[in-house]
Amino acid sequence: MSEHNGNLLSVNDLRTYFQTEDGIVKAVDGISFELKRGETLGIVGESGSGKSVANLSVMRLIQEPPGKIVSGDIVFDGIDVRKLPIDDVRKIRGKRMAMIFQDPMTSLNPFLKISTQLMEVTQLHLGHTKQQAYEHAVEMLRKVEIPAPEKRVDGYPHEFSGGMRQRVMIAMALSCEPELLIADEPTTALDVTIQAQILELIKGLKDEFGTSVILITHDLGVVAGMTDKIIVMYAGKIFESAPTRELFAQPANPYTKGLLKSVPDPAHEHGAPLYQIPGLPPDVAHLPPGCPFAERCDRAKDICTKEFPPFVQINEKHHSLCHFAKEVYAASGGE
Amino acid sequence: MRDEQHIKEEVMTDGPVMAGSSLWKDAWRRLLKNKLAVFGLIVITLMVIVVGLGPFIREYLTGITPEYIPAEGDKIRSFPPSWRHPMGTDEAGRDLFARVMQGGRISLMVGIISTIVSLIVGVSYGAIAGYIGGRIDNIMMRIVDIIYAIPYILIVIVLLSVFGGENIPDWINSLAGYFGGGAGLNQIFLLFFALGLVSWLTMARVVRGQILSLKNEEFVLAAKATGVSTPAIIFRHLVPNALGPVIVYATLTVPSVMLTEAFLSFLGLGVQAPYASWGSLAADGIKNIAIFPWQLIFPGVTMALTLFSLNFLGDGLRDALDPQTRKF
Amino acid sequence: MLKFIFNRILIIVPMALLVVTVTWVLIRVAPGNFYSTERNLPPAIEENIKKKYGLDQPWYVQYGTMMGNILRLDFGDSLKYQGQSVNEIIARHFPYSATLGLLAYLLALAIGLFAGIVAALKQNSAFDYGTMAAAMLGLSVPNFVLGPILVLFFSLYLYWLPPARWGGPLYLIMPVVTLAAIYAAYIARLTRAGMLEVMRSDYIRTARAKGLNEKTVLLKHGLRGGIVPVVSFTGPALASLLAGTVVVEKVFAIPGLGNIFIQSVLNRDEPLILGIVAFLSILIMIANLAVDISYGFLDPRIRYE
Repeated sequence: MSEHNGNLLSVNDLRTYFQTEDGIVKAVDGISFELKRGETLGIVGESGSGKSVANLSVMRLIQEPPGKIVSGDIVFDGIDVRKLPIDDVRKIRGKRMAMIFQDPMTSLNPFLKISTQLMEVTQLHLGHTKQQAYEHAVEMLRKVEIPAPEKRVDGYPHEFSGGMRQRVMIAMALSCEPELLIADEPTTALDVTIQAQILELIKGLKDEFGTSVILITHDLGVVAGMTDKIIVMYAGKIFESAPTRELFAQPANPYTKGLLKSVPDPAHEHGAPLYQIPGLPPDVAHLPPGCPFAERCDRAKDICTKEFPPFVQINEKHHSLCHFAKEVYAASGGE
Repeated sequence: MRDEQHIKEEVMTDGPVMAGSSLWKDAWRRLLKNKLAVFGLIVITLMVIVVGLGPFIREYLTGITPEYIPAEGDKIRSFPPSWRHPMGTDEAGRDLFARVMQGGRISLMVGIISTIVSLIVGVSYGAIAGYIGGRIDNIMMRIVDIIYAIPYILIVIVLLSVFGGENIPDWINSLAGYFGGGAGLNQIFLLFFALGLVSWLTMARVVRGQILSLKNEEFVLAAKATGVSTPAIIFRHLVPNALGPVIVYATLTVPSVMLTEAFLSFLGLGVQAPYASWGSLAADGIKNIAIFPWQLIFPGVTMALTLFSLNFLGDGLRDALDPQTRKF
Repeated sequence: MLKFIFNRILIIVPMALLVVTVTWVLIRVAPGNFYSTERNLPPAIEENIKKKYGLDQPWYVQYGTMMGNILRLDFGDSLKYQGQSVNEIIARHFPYSATLGLLAYLLALAIGLFAGIVAALKQNSAFDYGTMAAAMLGLSVPNFVLGPILVLFFSLYLYWLPPARWGGPLYLIMPVVTLAAIYAAYIARLTRAGMLEVMRSDYIRTARAKGLNEKTVLLKHGLRGGIVPVVSFTGPALASLLAGTVVVEKVFAIPGLGNIFIQSVLNRDEPLILGIVAFLSILIMIANLAVDISYGFLDPRIRYE
């Protein structure tokens, strides 16, 4: 374990670009992060920030064309996934790293029984016989708390509700007890009450299996109670990375501050309008030369629109992409 | 009250359609990027010009008309392609190039006018069913389902054979009379209706689907709230906004109607002498395929090229107007 | 499910009667008769002919008699082919058309599915462009042009294949290919579009994320959704296959039902026209029903009330 500094996954300077009608879109543009065994990482950002693309890149699930991982290292337990032949990537996918997707309504194959979809994973990776795989499928459904799993396992996806389908997706992802689970907005498409249940479920199973988790979301509220550290992404770049507690307590980036301010606070007095970051995320195909957030930033100065900001190290584990990172950090400490 | 008047005016002047003009510009830009669609557009344009003006120019330059019979043709009248007759001559010694150009007029006309007939019927039917909704929509669409299940081609064959030739209904004769009349022309008018009336079903479905999704949009509610009459809402607000898919489908209906016309002409039920279409010319050519193959090949290939181009253009329009369902 | 099938079968009967009625009305409201096309007959003989075929009765009696006969599946005797019942004629000539149509549809399915799937998998490759151009050509060349051109090349130039008529398998090749071309083209386009659509869907991404290889992803997860449009095309295809056989039978001088139908229409052979129309309508409606049922097997989301 120690041969990779205890890191299960380390991503270094990853760049994934897409060829579109409007030109090249740099969906992910030079991001780096590390994840230790058993650790949970939150990746936060608005839609289009590149957070999903980054993780699809880790799984090598980027469709080529139009997409392409143009540079970077993706090292998973000492294996450089980016340089691995695709057949070897397939041996890792679904077995050692698995993924849950945003929309459970479309992520399961509507034409195949739940049992078939669960069984094929363990038959493929664990060499299960049909009988073993079937029993394992029932067992997994029980683990994700689907009632009457012996019966439901023979059903089709359309017979399940959204929350139940997401449970099936989780069961499928955890079938081979992967070391890494990537959950891409696993609760976004679900009702609020179901959201909490699903998050609890992921948390519980993560502890049970000792899985490392990357939790992708646009909602800071979701990652708050679950993650050890957080990466904030914007326009394909990492804007801030810090341990969860520190990021919430003392953010060093105006964008993060904006995100935090826009989380509804139940303790907050009624009547005060919820804060919203002004403007819209930038068009990633036509980024300005300066800081991509400058236009929406309330403390933007001249330099922000002219020069790309540096990635400032605040302390050992805390970085921020901002011309005024230290000032912002200092200011939010006093709040 | 002033406000209400204002809204009404805005609604009446097709606000949303005008607002969509950049959509049309975008679509046009995308269409021009599609090489095959541009190819189709160019071929169709050239075809229309050649077919429309070609016969006049050719007659002016060479004196050759579709009825022209070369003097030297005593016994054998079918001559292979030559400088003077680029597509050769037919059995009767008539210049095939001139006939193909003239036949193209009829083929394109049948394709376009029958499509317009199907447009009128299909758009009205679909728009009314979609807008009124409920039971009436249900019944109207069920009728379409039933007609779909009927082997219409059998009925068209029966219809054309019993009403064709000398038995064309009077109202079609008198309609054709405005355009010169005559037995051949009456038959062509019969074709317009026969083909139009069997091609409207899919159009009705397409339009209904569009109207259903549009009818709860704000601009329609606004029109309703200000007391615009139902027919005006349907035909001035809903139909123009459902135009994209209608255009696409109409473009694809033209070649399919032309193909059906050719098929009927091949059976001797379509266009009749003294008129000719690509279909009837090809049908004539088949008789002599072993000795005078050019009599089939030239009309056949010209027709295929036109249909080919129309299909590419229709595909391109679909991709351009509906980027979501683009098939890449 | 059984109830659904039963209901649909119940609908087929009135629908077929409706089609027959429309055809009958068309024949009757048009001026002229099957015998008036021959020559000018003396009034006495005309009277006799009318009496013999019941044409002197009021129209509703004639209609009632016809319907009654049809319900008993008795279409009477052909007017043109004396002494032959319509049922005999259909039984004798339909096998040609059925063989032709079935073989053509199978061929079209084989070529269309293969070409469509490969084109979708190798999107934007030379194979893809080639296939799609060929498919467009298939949609654009009328079959009565394609048929004779094939004859010209393979029979009159290369002397490989017999140019016409019915015989051994060699005689079938060109008619079947001519008939299949347009459907192969359609199916290839539908399959390609369907596969492209499916292969971009979320559940295919899930399948890939499981570590399945591309072949399994395609065959186990992609194919079923991808060919749904092809299945729904089968219904209309069968109806238009009919028009196709009419042409192909004429071009290749095959004594199939299509040829007989055209003859009967030109002869105004009313019993034969009605018989063939009823027979083919029922056939197409049964085929459509079969398509709807097969949907249910293909897509578990579809439930029949």
